[in-house]
Amino acid sequence: MIPKTKNVNPATVTAESIAKSAVVAPAGVASYALGLGDDALILAQRLGEWIASAPELEEDVALANIALDLLGHARSLLTYAGSATGVTEDDLAYFRDEPEFTNRQIFEQPNGDFAQTIARQLVVSVYFAELYRALSGSADPTLAAIAAKASKEVDYHFDHSYQWLLRLGLGTELSHERMQRGLDAVWPFVDELFRADGAQADVAVDPARLRARFDSTVPPLIEEAGLTIPTVQPARGGGRQGVHSEALGPLLAEMQVLARAHPGAKW
Amino acid sequence: MTSPGDSGKREIWPLWEVFIRSSRGLSHVHAGSLHAPDETMAVRNARDLYTRRAEGVSIWVVPSSAITASDPDAKGSYFESAQGKEYRHATYYTESESVPHL
Repeated sequence: MIPKTKNVNPATVTAESIAKSAVVAPAGVASYALGLGDDALILAQRLGEWIASAPELEEDVALANIALDLLGHARSLLTYAGSATGVTEDDLAYFRDEPEFTNRQIFEQPNGDFAQTIARQLVVSVYFAELYRALSGSADPTLAAIAAKASKEVDYHFDHSYQWLLRLGLGTELSHERMQRGLDAVWPFVDELFRADGAQADVAVDPARLRARFDSTVPPLIEEAGLTIPTVQPARGGGRQGVHSEALGPLLAEMQVLARAHPGAKW
Repeated sequence: MTSPGDSGKREIWPLWEVFIRSSRGLSHVHAGSLHAPDETMAVRNARDLYTRRAEGVSIWVVPSSAITASDPDAKGSYFESAQGKEYRHATYYTESESVPHL
């Protein structure tokens, strides 16, 4: 049971405000926040790869905006997770090795082409939207504030990927084919998003409840775009236990190299 | 009107002019231009490019091709003929003594 603490204002909650407030996450909450923080951090890093490589300059900016929003969520969540053991967001982001990262595997998957990135962003944006909406009612006031703030941002991320889903799905023969291939590539990793992770019931969100919302939301959108809902075997998963696909190592190497070469450097 | 991808070559999205209203009661002001495949995406791209620092409460986009502009070469005949015609300004006129409350 969480001791009653005063509410945290979602409008002003940031990684800095959490660090300054000296709030300490209870152990069970910290590991939950770590998982969610890793999800957001790894996806932000992945999306950043599109900068200067997207089909048009305007999409560079759109995907970078989404990445920066996710990085903001990651910073708050990791700062809060770190408060339990006295480590900072940078310690967690730059000085953990692959098996210590607890992100689910969908977030580390390579970008593929633009359509595959849109497919992944559609799936995870619906997941994030439902997750953060529910989590804003969490018994933990810091988690609730982070979730309430993130909620508005992921609604926009959803809109961006939904607009592209329609345009690629209903566009040319080639764009349709690529969008379908993108969905097919992402789909094995959907199941893991909704597996139970042993988090405290009053603090965390029940993944089964999220699954029901996902299943009623996403398939109609795919059909609206003239595409087929993939039928594939789910991937093995295990991201929350530190089990990752081969894609994560190179991502971490790129993300961490500078901080490890110059520990404590500021820029 | 052709569909995107019909030409088989790399195509460039059409250009749009963006107008942002910074707060209620003010008019929309031209902020810049961008590329987008259609008007719906143009509004979204404008949101990402021009309102990231809470600059606006409303966005208009207009296809650049829909704007008719004055001819830059006709600057002389368009704009310079107003020079030397001070009588077109209210300040040119002196108050009449017989009109006390003007």
